[in-house]
Amino acid sequence: MYDKSKSVAIANLWVAFAAFFVAIVLGLYQVANRSGLFPEIESHELYFASVSTHGVLMGFVLTTFFIMGFGYYTATSTLKRPLWNKGLAWIAFIVALGGTVMAAIPLLTGHASVLYTFYPPLKAHPAFYIGATLLVVGSWIWCLEMIMSTVTWKRDNPGEIVPLAMYGTTANAIMWLWTSAGVAIEMLFQLIPWSLGIKDTIDPGMARTLFSWTLHAIVYFWLFPAYIAMYTILPKVAGGRLFSDEMARIAFIMLLVISVPIGFHHLYMDPQQSAGFKFLHMLGTFGVAIPTLLTGFTVLASLEGAGRLRGGKGLFGWIGALDWKEPMVVAGMMALLMLIAGGFGGMINASYQMNTLVHNTQWVTGHFHLIFGGTTIIMYLAVAYWIWPKLTGRAIASRAMATTQLWLWTIGMLVLTLPWHAIGLLGQPRRISSTPYDSPLVDQWNPHEVAMIVGGVILLLSALLFVLNLLMSHGTRKTEQPKGDEWAVAVYPPMRVPKPMNGYALWNGIVAVWMVVAYGIPIVQLILLDAPGSLPWGY
Amino acid sequence: MHIDPLEKKWMYVIGLITVVMIGSMTYAAITMNLHPPSNVETIDPKTLHLEGEFAEDNLGVTTSPDGSITVRMIAARYSFYPQIIEVPVDTDVTFRLTAPDIVHGVHVPFTNMSTMVIPGYISEVTTRFSKTGEALFLCNEYCGLGHDYMWSKLKVVPKA
Repeated sequence: MYDKSKSVAIANLWVAFAAFFVAIVLGLYQVANRSGLFPEIESHELYFASVSTHGVLMGFVLTTFFIMGFGYYTATSTLKRPLWNKGLAWIAFIVALGGTVMAAIPLLTGHASVLYTFYPPLKAHPAFYIGATLLVVGSWIWCLEMIMSTVTWKRDNPGEIVPLAMYGTTANAIMWLWTSAGVAIEMLFQLIPWSLGIKDTIDPGMARTLFSWTLHAIVYFWLFPAYIAMYTILPKVAGGRLFSDEMARIAFIMLLVISVPIGFHHLYMDPQQSAGFKFLHMLGTFGVAIPTLLTGFTVLASLEGAGRLRGGKGLFGWIGALDWKEPMVVAGMMALLMLIAGGFGGMINASYQMNTLVHNTQWVTGHFHLIFGGTTIIMYLAVAYWIWPKLTGRAIASRAMATTQLWLWTIGMLVLTLPWHAIGLLGQPRRISSTPYDSPLVDQWNPHEVAMIVGGVILLLSALLFVLNLLMSHGTRKTEQPKGDEWAVAVYPPMRVPKPMNGYALWNGIVAVWMVVAYGIPIVQLILLDAPGSLPWGY
Repeated sequence: MHIDPLEKKWMYVIGLITVVMIGSMTYAAITMNLHPPSNVETIDPKTLHLEGEFAEDNLGVTTSPDGSITVRMIAARYSFYPQIIEVPVDTDVTFRLTAPDIVHGVHVPFTNMSTMVIPGYISEVTTRFSKTGEALFLCNEYCGLGHDYMWSKLKVVPKA
């Protein structure tokens, strides 16, 4: 029996879910503070420290540690051999955790209330920037681990097809290296030297351009494991097969290639970039909708197959026939539902013209909570229920509690995010802690704020059930041994695939050329433009 | 490679959706000249108050001899200056904004007036307001602990 690196996987997953729980509590405080209904808790200092911490915990800590933990299990389980270098996995964990703690101290003490997107020339404590950088460095070590595990496996198994789950995980590791380079350049050449006083001024236009390089594809870094679970776990636990292995590979490749060179849709309203490059990035942004549309089809088709195998008849009968007691099935269906709703909103944000009406309103925050908090996180939760017995050898303490929790998560997320979208269309700006405006608009916002608090309460309850269930599972006496292969098999398992669908050399070349055009030229233009810099400001 | 016939049909649908969406935006960009504000122009945030178009005397609404209207505003913690702007309805108005301190954003709800304001750069938006009445300029980018208080008034009045 080979070493499955279970302890390093579970250590990563627990850091992820501990961060998740803390961030949920902060989230409930934030909707309550913002509503204006509880004047006794209102505080700008606390609110913006809380929002900064909530964003960092959810966006950087939960995601990065979850992806690392899930990746270690995926690598050992699909390749059926130990990690390329197990010691390195622990080093990645320690570096990332050390960075997290280092960033958490200024965050929690109010010395880094600059939100998770940094906003120079606002200046945070240097420890925040250095800590966040270390977290990314830890994730790079994970990327190396994943890539080398696949490369050495391919060397030892010439001509064999890389298992789909690992093919996707490797694509995500490579994509993340491309993605995180932008923020790394911003940290190393701008924020860290400037926050330490080595450089006097900073060009916020350049900082925003570099951050946009990371800002879009990072959401695909988070979404990738959710898609991997939908393709390679969900069809199996639903009792069916994956509709198409090849289509999954094409979707993974498209995500790798298209996600990174399209970040300017975050800069549509910025004065430092020209319309031509914004238009170019818009084209790519609509291109990246394609793998998601492919995924929706393939995953639903796989689930329909499973429903029919279980005796479902008629056009929609297969839906009722699915195993709704299985957490992954509930999560998968709800994730797709929220993806459809959130996807439409995303098209509006991405649009070259319509974005003007929703830019930096609460619509945007509502949108990404639906897609990330909804679609992505519900799959993380379902993966946790699926992976826990494999890592601990014990069954999940209560499966009924697990499905209840996932339903509550969906309901809470819809109750939270639908009014959130509405409030944005009614013009409320995002990133505010109260609404002290002299305008009748404020009265129109209030009912939505109340609904959002209800959503926040439901989500906290759901998160509590989740964490309790995992904790109880460590103590349960019910054991559960994995039976046979755990990963979904395709309806027509491919006997061989074209070389580019089993590796990444070609695709990396395409990303490189596209990045030179999409980011290289605008960055050189900014350097030549040499805009007068800004001095650091407190908040 | 095995592609299911149903999947092939779906791929055509995806292609069609993508072409229609990109096509409509391209059409609007070319025929109606609808682009996001993308005026690449720099200014020194440390000295803009001393002289030039953003010195205090030059701020506010100016009507040039040809009737076109330009509004110059400073976005700074925590308001937009001047704090009341009055413009006529159904007339093209060009806003020029910059910031002496940090990154801000501004929008007037229910209108196309929206842009980021970034120190070191001048933002320019041209739009027209179709309804008379009072509206708000709201800061929509986190700019510090007083961000909530950053707003000012826009009055759209009947044409003279």
